[in-house]
Amino acid sequence: MKNVYGPVWVIAEQRDCRIRTVSLQLMGQAQKLAAGLNTTAEALLFGNLMEHHVRPLFAAGADRVFLGSNPQLAFYEPEIYVQAIVRLAQEHEPEIILLGSTAMGRELAPLVAARLQTGLTAHCTDLVLDENNILEQRIPAYGGLLSIICPQKRPQMAAIANGVFPMPEPDQDRSGEIIPVAVPEDVSPRLQTLEVVHQIPDEIPLESAAIVVAGGAGAGDPDGWRQIADLADALNAALGCTRPVVDEGWAPLESMIGQSGRMVSPELYIGVGLSGEQQHMVGITGAKVMVAINNDAKSPVFDQVDYGVVDDCREFVPVLIEKIKAYQKNQVTC
Amino acid sequence: MINLVVCVKAVPDPQQACNIRIDPVTKTLMRCEVPLVLNPLDKNAMEAALELKEQFDAHITALSMGPLDAEGIVRECLALGADQGILLSDRAFAGADAYATAYTLATAIAKIGPVDVVFCGMASSDGSTEWVGPEIAMFLGLPVVTMVEEIVECRGPQWKVKASLEHGYRLMQVQLPAVFTVTRELNTPRALVFSGIIKARKKLIVRWEIDDLGVPAEAVGLKGSPTIVSKLTTTESKREVEILTGTREEKAAQLLRKMVDSGVV
Ligand SMILES: Cc1cc2nc3c(=O)[nH]c(=O)nc-3n(C[C@H](O)[C@H](O)[C@H](O)COP(=O)(O)OP(=O)(O)OC[C@H]3O[C@@H](n4cnc5c(N)ncnc54)[C@H](O)[C@@H]3O)c2cc1C
Ligand SMILES: Nc1ncnc2c1ncn2[C@@H]1O[C@H](COP(=O)(O)O)[C@@H](O)[C@H]1O
Repeated sequence: MKNVYGPVWVIAEQRDCRIRTVSLQLMGQAQKLAAGLNTTAEALLFGNLMEHHVRPLFAAGADRVFLGSNPQLAFYEPEIYVQAIVRLAQEHEPEIILLGSTAMGRELAPLVAARLQTGLTAHCTDLVLDENNILEQRIPAYGGLLSIICPQKRPQMAAIANGVFPMPEPDQDRSGEIIPVAVPEDVSPRLQTLEVVHQIPDEIPLESAAIVVAGGAGAGDPDGWRQIADLADALNAALGCTRPVVDEGWAPLESMIGQSGRMVSPELYIGVGLSGEQQHMVGITGAKVMVAINNDAKSPVFDQVDYGVVDDCREFVPVLIEKIKAYQKNQVTC
Repeated sequence: MINLVVCVKAVPDPQQACNIRIDPVTKTLMRCEVPLVLNPLDKNAMEAALELKEQFDAHITALSMGPLDAEGIVRECLALGADQGILLSDRAFAGADAYATAYTLATAIAKIGPVDVVFCGMASSDGSTEWVGPEIAMFLGLPVVTMVEEIVECRGPQWKVKASLEHGYRLMQVQLPAVFTVTRELNTPRALVFSGIIKARKKLIVRWEIDDLGVPAEAVGLKGSPTIVSKLTTTESKREVEILTGTREEKAAQLLRKMVDSGVV
């Protein structure tokens, strides 16, 4: 019997033959959605890969994996990927396609969506099936949540950031079918990747940090920003920021936390000089203790944290740093 | 001569605190008057085109879809040095999602004639999907590179560009015509100068409506959008805040204590 619903797909991503975390998180979520629709969860994966590289996708919930492997695909090749994905989608008619909100995913998603003439949603922080089994794609906005749906066109497509969904408990006993996909041997003459360079970041990665210090527009100027960076340093914390900080050029886009940035879930979050705007706050998922420092007692950020300090951060942060340093010194000496 | 199109969007001024909010009672959007400005990243897209025009014989078209008020940002692009401004404005275009926006812009670009490069910002500050640039490329059947942070080689029909990746970059070779979406790192947008503003007054802004594009009403605006907003909900915080009080020193000491209690400091 044929399923009423097509499969739920994840366009998985690998780097140096390792499946990226966000793809595994999405695989876990895809499995849940697939169960709700009584269909299968499937992944598409491209690269210069061997069958064993695929295993984590099965452990995370894939029932089948379409594997496109050849030496030309050591790098992400947009034109080949799009062609292959579109062809497979036309053949298998997936109900849903999920992609990671990575540099690759954010480029591929609109290319595939436009070719399949369907809708696509960015920055989702939750995906649920509504009473008609339509995918409700929830996005924080305007101090609340917007639910976006793609009622008529299929597949329903969404890009989701790393950390929105939890890492599924890997089930090493699960396995499934690997379906080899024929991909063109030649790269497109119109567009090709000549080189990919990864720099190893020297700062503490936001996603795995136990403490995250995030600064906002309240920093005021580069000096104010440096103080917040010093606070992060003193606490051995990862440093994040809000959008105005990126706009001002105090910190790089990669350190922006929130809906269109990174998702963090630290033990301790300290928000300094930021207003607690939804689009930032949704980036802090499941933090244990949350602190805000803001000079406006009425700031909405205080409704969303456990401890609040009403003060000018430019005055308060240096004092706090001193206290932290004194404490750390005592810890070491006694 | 090379033909450049820069897609520019009018967005509510991100500097202005007044935010659109969901009315907790009616669950509809409460709008407030915020002036429209040129989307910040589209300034980088304009700058990319202007720098090329300094090197080559180039013609720049600034293209925007938006309400009539968006004319101001098209005029600004003319003042920066664009040769021509086109504003796609029609009630039928309203309510477009990224797909319908890209379709409408792509149709206009096809009407403009042979184009060598289309520049877009990486993202708009209000929609911020990052989809419009690549979707334009698909509708036009052109190659696209997103998040361009450096134009390494731009002589002849094969360009080399660096595009940003998480902690790194990729070097791409692209056959023109092509679409590029640009990042903040690509350049530093120039400021408006008075002589430019004066010159722009004489330049013409063309307005195209749905009939000028010759597209069916079902293909544009809300009707042409595969995605719709189905619900608006307000969210409530689950945390109860304790405001620390006392002198600055005391507050810092208390905060440190709370942080130590959390077990990670
Ligand atoms: C589609 C879309 C996506 C977005 N995605 C993101 C995202 O992913 N991440 C993100 O961060 N933003 C995002 N934004 C922007 C977001 O809406 C807010 O504009 C932004 O988070 C606000 O940053 P802020 O709190 O630093 O600045 P503001 O809202 O300007 O707040 C500054 C705060 O600092 C306080 N302050 C001022 N001076 C001082 C001082 N001396 N000492 C202490 N406090 C002080 C003020 O009281 C105020 O509360 C997005 C917006 C849109 C439209
Ligand atoms: N209405 C519009 N008119 C012109 N260009 C647009 C419009 N909407 C989006 N763009 C272009 O697409 C880019 C990305 O927008 P977005 O997909 O909304 O993040 C912008 O930086 C613009 O270059």
